[in-house]
Amino acid sequence: MFRSFHNSLTRAQSKLMFGICALFTVIILGLLGLVAGYLVSIGVGSLSWSFFTELPTGRPESPGGMRHAIEGTVILIALASFVGIPLGLLVGIYLAEYSKEWWLAGPVRFIADVLAGVPSIVVGILGYELLVVPLGRYNGWAGAMALAFIMVPIVARTTEEMLRLVPNTYREASLALGATKARTILRVVVPAATGSIVTGVMLAVARVAGETAPLLFTALGSRLLTRNPNQPFPSLTVQVFTYATGPYPEQKRLAWAGILVLISLIFVLNLAIRYMARRPGIAS
Amino acid sequence: MLHPQSAVIEPPTALPSLGPIGEPRRQPRPPQPTPQHQSDHPAEIHPELAAQPAILAIDRFSLFYGRQQALYDISMSIPAGKVTALIGPSGCGKSTLLRSFNRLNDLIDHVRIEGSISLDGQPIYARHVDVIELRKRMGMVFQKSNPFPMSIFENVVYALRLAGENRRAVLMEIAERSLRGAALWDEAKDRLHSSALSLSGGQQQRLCIARAIAADPEVLLMDEPCSALDPTATAKVEELIHSLRGRYTIVVVTHNMQQAARVSEYTAFMYLGRLMEYGPTKAMFVNPRRRETEAYVTGRFG
Repeated sequence: MFRSFHNSLTRAQSKLMFGICALFTVIILGLLGLVAGYLVSIGVGSLSWSFFTELPTGRPESPGGMRHAIEGTVILIALASFVGIPLGLLVGIYLAEYSKEWWLAGPVRFIADVLAGVPSIVVGILGYELLVVPLGRYNGWAGAMALAFIMVPIVARTTEEMLRLVPNTYREASLALGATKARTILRVVVPAATGSIVTGVMLAVARVAGETAPLLFTALGSRLLTRNPNQPFPSLTVQVFTYATGPYPEQKRLAWAGILVLISLIFVLNLAIRYMARRPGIAS
Repeated sequence: MLHPQSAVIEPPTALPSLGPIGEPRRQPRPPQPTPQHQSDHPAEIHPELAAQPAILAIDRFSLFYGRQQALYDISMSIPAGKVTALIGPSGCGKSTLLRSFNRLNDLIDHVRIEGSISLDGQPIYARHVDVIELRKRMGMVFQKSNPFPMSIFENVVYALRLAGENRRAVLMEIAERSLRGAALWDEAKDRLHSSALSLSGGQQQRLCIARAIAADPEVLLMDEPCSALDPTATAKVEELIHSLRGRYTIVVVTHNMQQAARVSEYTAFMYLGRLMEYGPTKAMFVNPRRRETEAYVTGRFG
């Protein structure tokens, strides 16, 4: 009797545990749905073809579109990724594969962790000091580099973690066939972890795509359509910030649309890269 | 020291207690300090081996993981073109010895060796030896199948690509030959360019064998190649070892004594980092000369 009572008690505990986990999952998903739904319901109303094709008019009652900011954000992300992703990947590979051979790994890992936690406004100030002051004006390069600076530690640490998950027998099998270490890493270890590394990279891209603070001090933002990163450079986040904190309701509506576009952009980018990087993962 | 089959064998009271077998082992475990009485015995090496031309000659080889000694003063020679099995309980150093042949132990920190191992008369631990070139002369098959995350075809020709071979026709021919050699051709020929990870466990292990023999190595090292396979797949891999006999020198580490008896021509029994007895497989199982060998092969410890 006692035993079956005990059993039903543990079974009830198990169900309770499941119930609590499920409940909180639903709550979180609900909140997410709420945010997304609110955003879409307000943003969609302000979305129009002209949003994508027109530039700011400067008239508060009909503010035009955000073409300059969309293009600016895409260019900034591309430039930042071009610098930040390879750097981060290389640091990650170093930490995971070569760190045993030199004392440098410990400090590098520590610094990467600290950098990943640095408030982005600090990165903005750094970019201002290093790339804006010397060049004499706000510019797109500084913005892109500030974003890249945020990406490097994220990409490096996720890459390291993912490479560490690759079983050692893969490395041994390749080395036993007479491969060099570099070849083993490039042909076997990294491909085995590609899927999860891509996830880490996408997290970093999404993170910087939404950054505003470092851009305020570096790229500054612009109401002009420009592809010249030597000038102050437009971006969705800064434009949204400007409109959302301003007094004009038409501009505020445009800001909502801008946020919606930004999120969709990240989403599409994510799907596209995942699709392209689809490869067989590690055998379970 | 010869025990007739019918003799009553006394329980191996002199043997210290051993760990359980059959558990997965990532790193060879260093053995416990050995009781004095065992180090007095030199390994019992059957005279038949002296007549065989050797491809690998191990001379007073010892290996240390840091301060822990894993191999004690091992001297033996591996006959060319034969299948030699290394048997012994967990942690006896048989995998460590196998990994010493292609210097895979170099990858582990704080490994130190004494003595020497020669491949075709060339010492492999000499200062000038190019480890990459050495490893190209040997193939290795691991406990857990580890096909690379690429196509079946690319897995097989990996070693050839390393050697700079990129001619499609040559690669294709060798891929077919290797896959046939590994008894995988019929199952894989229609899906050469699909992922190697889509194969079943047993097929993956045969793919690893195909990969190991593609570059025509002089020696094929197998580290418990069947321990993660089901009986059917095991039987296939064992058949394969049979069919490769004569063409390659094969050294196979196994936990499974029946397997050693089935596939090998020579068997070496290791215990606590020492070579105990080494001879023709049949003699080792039917007429072992040492008490420890007899106790192990009759399944009374290990």
